[in-house]
Amino acid sequence: MIRDHFRVLVVDLSAGKGKIITHEGRDEFVGGSGLAAHLFDQFGQPDRPWDDPDQPLIFAIGPLTGYFPLMSKTVCAFKSPYHDQYAESHAGGRSALSLKFADLDALVIVGRAPAPACLAVGSHHLEIQDVHFLWGKNVKSTGKRLRQMFSGSGHRSILRIGPAGEIGSAMASINVDTYRHFGRLGGGAVMGVKNLKGIVIEGDEMFALPAGKDYQKLFQKVYEQLTATDMMKKYHNLGTPVNIAVLNDLNALPCRNLQQTSDPQIDGITGETFAEETLLRNQACSGCPIGCIHLGYVREKFHQDHRYYFFQVAYDHEPIFATGAMLCVTDAFAVLGIIDEIEEMGLDVMSAGVALSWATEATEKGIISDKDTIVPLKFGDAEAYKQAVVHLGSGASDFYRLLGMGTLKAAEHYGGSDFACVLGQEMAGYATGEVFYTAQSLGLRHSHLDSGGYSYDQKHDDKDVQKAVDFLITDEQDRVLLTSMVACLFARKVYTKAHLAECLDVLGYPAIAENLDAIKQQIQKKRWQLRLATGFKPEAVAIPKRFTELTTWKGKTDAKYLNALKSAYAKKLNTIGAST
Amino acid sequence: MKILKTPRMERCIGCNSCSLACARLVHKRLSWLAAGIRIMSTGGMSTGFDARLCLACNPAPCVDACPTGAYAQRKDGGVNVKKSLCIRCGDCAHACPVDAIYLDNTGEPYVCIHCGRCVPFCPHDCLEMMGSSKKSFAEGAEGVLP
Repeated sequence: MIRDHFRVLVVDLSAGKGKIITHEGRDEFVGGSGLAAHLFDQFGQPDRPWDDPDQPLIFAIGPLTGYFPLMSKTVCAFKSPYHDQYAESHAGGRSALSLKFADLDALVIVGRAPAPACLAVGSHHLEIQDVHFLWGKNVKSTGKRLRQMFSGSGHRSILRIGPAGEIGSAMASINVDTYRHFGRLGGGAVMGVKNLKGIVIEGDEMFALPAGKDYQKLFQKVYEQLTATDMMKKYHNLGTPVNIAVLNDLNALPCRNLQQTSDPQIDGITGETFAEETLLRNQACSGCPIGCIHLGYVREKFHQDHRYYFFQVAYDHEPIFATGAMLCVTDAFAVLGIIDEIEEMGLDVMSAGVALSWATEATEKGIISDKDTIVPLKFGDAEAYKQAVVHLGSGASDFYRLLGMGTLKAAEHYGGSDFACVLGQEMAGYATGEVFYTAQSLGLRHSHLDSGGYSYDQKHDDKDVQKAVDFLITDEQDRVLLTSMVACLFARKVYTKAHLAECLDVLGYPAIAENLDAIKQQIQKKRWQLRLATGFKPEAVAIPKRFTELTTWKGKTDAKYLNALKSAYAKKLNTIGAST
Repeated sequence: MKILKTPRMERCIGCNSCSLACARLVHKRLSWLAAGIRIMSTGGMSTGFDARLCLACNPAPCVDACPTGAYAQRKDGGVNVKKSLCIRCGDCAHACPVDAIYLDNTGEPYVCIHCGRCVPFCPHDCLEMMGSSKKSFAEGAEGVLP
C-alpha cells in the first residue's frame, strides 16, 4: 500500500505476541536499506552482543516493491555474529512480494522463543508455532514440513535455517524459498539464537492502484526497457557464471585459495559448461520476468542395479568460484554436489567454500592436521569437501566451530592469516585488483555488491587514489538508493535516478522523488553511523598478505597503492559515519 | 471467440508477471491473487509451476451455481461476470472444479475473462489465446462436454 509512513509488524518471540506500529520517516529513509537502518536505530542494542535476545532481526521492503518489475528484493538487517557489528544481507525469491501483500513495510523480530518455533504472518494472521521436531533438520526437510504445516501455498515465502544456524555459525544463511538466500554475515545464526527455525510470510492482501493512466503507462515503459532489449541477456542467458571464463582469461579468477588467478582446467566449470551440461531450467523471483536463477541437476547412482536419484541445485558465479575454482574442483556436477551439501546445512556458500580452501592450504602447510579436519582435505577432492561441509555446518569439532566463526578467527588460533582470503569476510569471486580488495574489505556489507570496485579495476589503469575513493563513495550511494526501493541490482542500468524519480512520483511519493540526492547521502550516513557505533574501525582493517602477492592481467598487486586506497577510504568512511 | 490457454507451462519460471498484469490491467489492483490467472508451485520450488485459471467449461458449473445471474455462459466456453449483480456468496468459487476463481477477503470473485492481456507479459511464451476448437492437450480437456 502507498503510505507516507511505514507499517511495521514487531514480533516479540519471548512474549509470543506482535504489534503493528506506525513508523515515521518515509521521506527520509524510503524503505529497504534506509528503513532497516532506521529500525535498527530504534530497536538495536549497539552495546550488547549479537546474540542478546533483544537484538532485532529486520526484514524491510521499499515503496516500489511490487509496483514495478525487478523491485523484487528484501533487505535483512541484524547485528552479525561474524563481527558483532551492524550488517545487511539481501535476498529475493517470493520474500519481497510476500511482505508487500502481507501489507508490511517491515517485519521486526525480537526476543527468543521458549522452544524452536516457526513464525507465520499474513495480512490477517500472526501465529508462533512450536516446531521443536524440526530442530536439527536440514533446509530441504524443514522446507517440506513447513509447506505442509502452513497456509498460502503459491503466494507465500518460506524462510528457514539449517543446522548451521542452530549452532550459531557466523557463516549460517537464511534460506529463502529453496533457491535464494540471505547468505552473508550469519543471519541464520540470528534466527538460531532466537529459536526461530522458520518464517512463513503469506501475501494475501491486495491494493488499489494510483488513479489515472500515468502509472499504467510508466509500468509499460519500464517493463519494455527491461525485456525488449538485450540489456538483461547476460542474466537470463548464461547468468552470472559467464564471468568464470572471462575472469579466468584475465587472470582475475580466485583459484586454489588464491594461489592462482586462473586454472588451465577451468573449461569444466565455465558458465557455458554449466548451461550446456547441467542446466535443467530457470526460475525467477516474484515480480521479475528475467529468470536469472539457474537450476542445474545432479544425478547419482545409489545402487548397482541402475537405481538413481536426482536433485536440483541453483548455481551462480559466486558459488562456482567458491566451491569450484577455489577448491580446484573442475567438474560441474561435482561442484553442484558440494553446493547442495552447503544448501542443506544452511551455510553461506561463498564463506564455506573460501574457508575450506584456506583449510586445505593450511593442511598442505602442516598448520592443521586430519585430526582437526576429520576428513583429509585435498584440492580437487569433491567427496572430501562434501563431508567437510557437513562437519562445518554441524560444528563437528573445535576446529570446525572456530572456522565457522570466520576463516581469520581460525587462522588467528592455528596460524595461516597470510593466506586467509578474507576481505572483511570471505572474499567474493573477483581478483581484479586493489580497488576491489579495498571495496570489499571496507564495504558496509563486505560484499562485492556494495560498490563496483571490481568493475573500476577493469576500466581504469591509473592509480589515482582520490578518484577511486570518490567512485566507491558515490557508487555506494547510488546502490543504496536502489536497495532502499528495493530493486534488484541487476536492474541498475534501467533504474537511473531519473527513472526512479518518475516511478516514485507516479505512486505519490513526490517528496522522495524530488530529493533523491540528499536521501541517498542520508541513508549512506545512517548506515555508516550504525556500523561505527557497533564497533567497526575502518582504519584497523588489514588485508591479508596473499592479496599483495597476486598477479593479474594488470601485473602484480601494487601494495603501496592498496595501502593508500585503504587509508583514504577508511578516512572517508569515518567522516561519513561521524555521528554529527 | 478465443480462449486463454496455458500450453507451455513447463517453461514457466514463476515470475508472476501474468497474474500481476491481470490484476493491474483488468482489475486495477496490485495483487498476485486478485487475478484470473494465478501461479502456484506444484509442490515446492523444485517441482515447477502450474497456472490456476478458467478452463472455459461449457456448460460452466459456476454459471449454474450463481444464484443471482452474475455469471453468464460465454458462447465458446468460459463466463462473463457482471459484478454489479454479485452478492459475494462465493458459490461460484465453490462450484469450480479446478479452483480457478479467487475470492478476496470481501468475497469478491476474480475469474479469467479470456481477454488475453496477460499473454505478452509472459517471458517464456507459456500462454496463448487459441480458438476454442484448437486442441491443447497440455491442459487436458477442452472444457466442452462430448
